Amino acid sequence: MRPLKFLLMKEFRQLFRDKGFIGRLLIAPALQLVLLPLAANYTIKNVNIAIVDHDHSSISKKMVDKIMSSGYFRLAGYSDFNSKANKLIENDKADIVLEIPVNFEKDLIREGGRKIAIEVNAINGVKASVGFGYLSGILTDYNADIRMQWVEPSRTNSLPVIDVIPSFWYNPALTYYIYMVPAILVSLVTTIAGLSAAFNIVKEKEIGTIEQINVTPIKKYQFILGKLIPFLVMGFIVFTVGLLIAWVVYGIIPVGHIALLCLFLEVFLIAILGFGLLISTYCDSQQQANSLMFLFMMVFNMMSGLYTPIDSMPGWAQFITHLFPISYFIDVMRMIVIKGSGLHDILHQIGAVLIIGIVLNTWAALNYRKTT
Amino acid sequence: MKETVIKTNKLTKRFGDFVAVDEISFEVHRGEIFGFLGANGAGKTTAMRMLCGLSIPTSGEANVAGFDVFRETEEIKKNIGYMSQKFSLYEDLTVLENIEFYAGIYGLTDKEIKDKSDELISKLGLRNEAKKLVGSLPLGWKQKLSFSVAIVHQPKIVFLDEPTGGVDPSMRRQFWDLIYDAADKGITIFVTTHYLDEAEYCNRVSIMVDGRIDALDTPAGLRKQFGVGTMDEVFYKLARQAKRSAD
Repeated sequence: MRPLKFLLMKEFRQLFRDKGFIGRLLIAPALQLVLLPLAANYTIKNVNIAIVDHDHSSISKKMVDKIMSSGYFRLAGYSDFNSKANKLIENDKADIVLEIPVNFEKDLIREGGRKIAIEVNAINGVKASVGFGYLSGILTDYNADIRMQWVEPSRTNSLPVIDVIPSFWYNPALTYYIYMVPAILVSLVTTIAGLSAAFNIVKEKEIGTIEQINVTPIKKYQFILGKLIPFLVMGFIVFTVGLLIAWVVYGIIPVGHIALLCLFLEVFLIAILGFGLLISTYCDSQQQANSLMFLFMMVFNMMSGLYTPIDSMPGWAQFITHLFPISYFIDVMRMIVIKGSGLHDILHQIGAVLIIGIVLNTWAALNYRKTT
Repeated sequence: MKETVIKTNKLTKRFGDFVAVDEISFEVHRGEIFGFLGANGAGKTTAMRMLCGLSIPTSGEANVAGFDVFRETEEIKKNIGYMSQKFSLYEDLTVLENIEFYAGIYGLTDKEIKDKSDELISKLGLRNEAKKLVGSLPLGWKQKLSFSVAIVHQPKIVFLDEPTGGVDPSMRRQFWDLIYDAADKGITIFVTTHYLDEAEYCNRVSIMVDGRIDALDTPAGLRKQFGVGTMDEVFYKLARQAKRSAD
């Protein structure tokens, strides 16, 4: 085991002498954790609405007031002409058009109902559907108000009405960053630890020092441990810094046990570092390693459940997702941080990542050859 | 009877259809300075990598320091030193840290490491540079340090692959003083070079052409055999027959 001591001494000396190291370790995670959650914000605001009011009645005015006071919409135009509103959609100035027909108020009172038209610009699908959702919610609400006002109470009571009262568990206010920040932290640790490990070994290949190592009697497992341990420590530091930022900036304190998070982190890091090692055994230059890692990290991140729920992917895609360690960690992070899950709840994930880690590291060790 | 430390018999390495090293057979004796010459692409580095246990031969036999190059590569590695064509110390570690690292992974004790470091630093005159990063040293000094580190564990044989490439003549002279010094201590030197004046410093010289060893003798013996006055002329006579183009 003595050679391992010297390998580790060498690695740590080199790491701390590297001027970019502290930056990668502290500044990059800080920046990303502050900036990325802002970009990954699913709360849609500022939906541009154009209103075509053919009625100009008190009801239509009140309805418009109600819509505008909700805070989700920005008035892009208000006119009597459909053509003007359509132009606004064509020019991308409006996301949604609400058309109030002629004699809206009169028909509503006299005939007890009137259709209203909503047109949606669906180029940005998320904004379109969320905007439509808001608008129809507001209109339904307004509809209820009118009924209360205009229709006799006795008749209202006789109509059966299903009233839904939702309550959201674990994240009552549906705050998006409570959901996103832990997941972004996972993606960060993965990228930093995985890339550093891969680049480190490939760099030794590039400058030729690996040949000098290969001609020594050092054991393969010693060399691999010598490379794994420093990045295990590094991943741990990045993660800790990330948790601190989540606490200071977003006030997120894990509901579950921090020790449990750390346990999972270690298992996860072994898997992801194994992946880095594996990539490095196939690459001869940092350029090559870079393009390969970029490709994999991109797929990992997109399919990890970070941005979109894994459950809504097709079956085969879900299968692929479960071959990546990231999806498990994001899952576990959200479970422990938001819900406070215990060891028993994440045993399945620990087992899966452990197996992935063993496979990747064994593969890397077999593929790393001191003698060709 | 001289002790044989390297012995090869029809040692061959193929890469696909290309025969990089073609049935070479030779012996190297203990304490000898053995020059391994040849044009670029003649197969020197490939042959040397096989003897160091970095590359498994395709066929033939070879024994280095008493161990087989097919089965006992890790045993060979305990008994040899190697200085590759590429400079292979860590430029972002200091002189002392490099010595400590290589001595450490060869299994020297803390006391041995300390004594060895002191000895090397004073022998190379690097007292003032001991705590400087290796990257800041001039090339000639780096090469001398590299050689000293390659024999820090007192190997039986040291393999040097063009150790003096790009170094000025006075530095080369100093480098050869280090080589003689090591040979006096009983370390066998196996060295490739492009400088034919350096070939004269060797006890025996082999010349590789197209993967084969076409000549092997003392420098004086080779000059006599080819009927010429200098090693340069020996080399040109042989190299002219080469069919393989340099890479």
